[in-house]
Amino acid sequence: MSVDPQTVRKIASLARIAVTDAQVDAMVPELNNILGWIEQLGEVDTSAVQPMTAVIPNSLRLRDDAVTDGDVRDAVLKNAPQAEHGFFAVPKVIE
Amino acid sequence: MTKITDLGVAALRDGVRDGTFSARDVATAFNDAVAGAKALNAFIVETPELALAAADSADADRASGNLKPLSGVPIGMKDLFATKGVQTTAASHMLEGFTPQYESSVSAKLWAAGAGMLGKLNLDQFAMGSSNETSYFGNVISPWRRNNGDTAALAPGGSSGGSSAAIAARLCPAATGTDTGGSIRQPAAFTGISGIKPTYGRCSRWGIVAFASSLDQAGPMARDVRDCAILLENMAGFDPKDSTSLDLPVPNWEAGLSANLKGKKIGIPKEYRVDGMPAEIEALWEQGIAWLKDAGADIVEVSLPHTQYALPAYYIVAPAEASSNLARYDGVRYGLRDLPDGANLQDMYAATRAAGFGDEVKRRILIGTYVLSAGFYDAYYTQAQKVRALIARDFDLAWQSCDLLLTPTAPSAAFGLGEKNADPLAMYLNDVFTVPTSLAGLPAMSVPGGLDAQGLPLGLQIIGKALDEQSVLNAGLAIEERAGFTARPDKWW
Repeated sequence: MSVDPQTVRKIASLARIAVTDAQVDAMVPELNNILGWIEQLGEVDTSAVQPMTAVIPNSLRLRDDAVTDGDVRDAVLKNAPQAEHGFFAVPKVIE
Repeated sequence: MTKITDLGVAALRDGVRDGTFSARDVATAFNDAVAGAKALNAFIVETPELALAAADSADADRASGNLKPLSGVPIGMKDLFATKGVQTTAASHMLEGFTPQYESSVSAKLWAAGAGMLGKLNLDQFAMGSSNETSYFGNVISPWRRNNGDTAALAPGGSSGGSSAAIAARLCPAATGTDTGGSIRQPAAFTGISGIKPTYGRCSRWGIVAFASSLDQAGPMARDVRDCAILLENMAGFDPKDSTSLDLPVPNWEAGLSANLKGKKIGIPKEYRVDGMPAEIEALWEQGIAWLKDAGADIVEVSLPHTQYALPAYYIVAPAEASSNLARYDGVRYGLRDLPDGANLQDMYAATRAAGFGDEVKRRILIGTYVLSAGFYDAYYTQAQKVRALIARDFDLAWQSCDLLLTPTAPSAAFGLGEKNADPLAMYLNDVFTVPTSLAGLPAMSVPGGLDAQGLPLGLQIIGKALDEQSVLNAGLAIEERAGFTARPDKWW
């Protein structure tokens, strides 16, 4: 499988990364080179194999259903590019 | 008297305990070394005041008889670990100026054990790279140079390139690293030092900037095996804040060190004899086999038939997880925000991520997004996770006939900066020997074995069964004792 400029623009849009036309043109051969190389995985017969879900057998733990990280609003907001009235602020969203 | 900066972790710990020197003397000596090595660009932030404060605590603890395991030992911290009140960037523009309000679990354990911080070490951006050339804060320059008078700048390896360069240059006795596909072992090999990636789940990932969560694992880097064992004891351990943390006791690896390998079977995987491997690497591998035999081990040939598929599987799994993990950088909660005039929220996300991520990070996010996108998920991601299961099974089968594996760490010695970064694939191939272990979550370490004809270090890798770090360290020690590696870079910086 290979990607064309339109596909690269679509992936970049899905990934929320702005790209210029020149960047798209540079990425197409780069990504195709990498994807072409990855393609060799198709040779491996995996019909009887379950996909790996954990490298080391380990079961997910449950903890008490309690708030354990509250009361740190100011610390949470400390690195925000824009915080107002105790909230994260973003540009106006009008749908 | 030996220079303080030539001493390793064990010698510094013991020297402070015995009163040979004070912890403050140690911190001052390393702070001076760090301040005098700007040319290497190994540190993004220097924290001499923190190193001194920890040293003063260590000296006070000695006076009151309360020495801790790492009292008096200053270390470097890879800038992927969140450190409270100290900028943590993952070497990205995205996180420039980000000052965590919390401490990563691994660094917190090290500070609680008495260690001090010399600074935050440079790395490949978001730990994506094998040469430390993707850092937003500039390349790290290896302290090593070729022995032919050539002063070309060489790669310290990556992604833990600041850690490897700083240790090799005696700017710190040890440092933390993280390893996703070889980021502890390959830089260790390139700079003539040791480093161990423990079993996945040994060290908490909490507070480490995430790259590929099913692969990321922290570990120590130092100049010898004992120092790695000491550091690892103080980094590992159960952490309820990491859902993949293993709830197991931490062995006393230092006390368990033994270079006697009698009764151990060492497997030599035939698939690792790759085409085009330099003769010097082959020769070192043979030498390593001879050293382990001399230590009492038996050598057996084993097969890991899916080895050639490890790298392509890795370059699906790791970018897929990265594209998901790095979705958090949106310009809202922390990090960079780029808000063009009149931009809406979606534009802000896209502009922020375009400005905040470097080329290699974008490349991996795009690959990850593509392989996870509708219609391609099964062909790429599911297939890669199945191949990953086969790679893990290869190791399980190998363990039926051996206890450890010995391989070269990297397919070449350090290359020059700029030599490989035009071709992402050529760079990826550097991790051919380290990636399979990462995919299987197994412990593995690199120890220096010798120098190539150009005077550059070469490393040997020892791979062990899950949770058997002790055998890995012991085989590393057996090689270390026989290799007698004392070469070090001449100071030019």
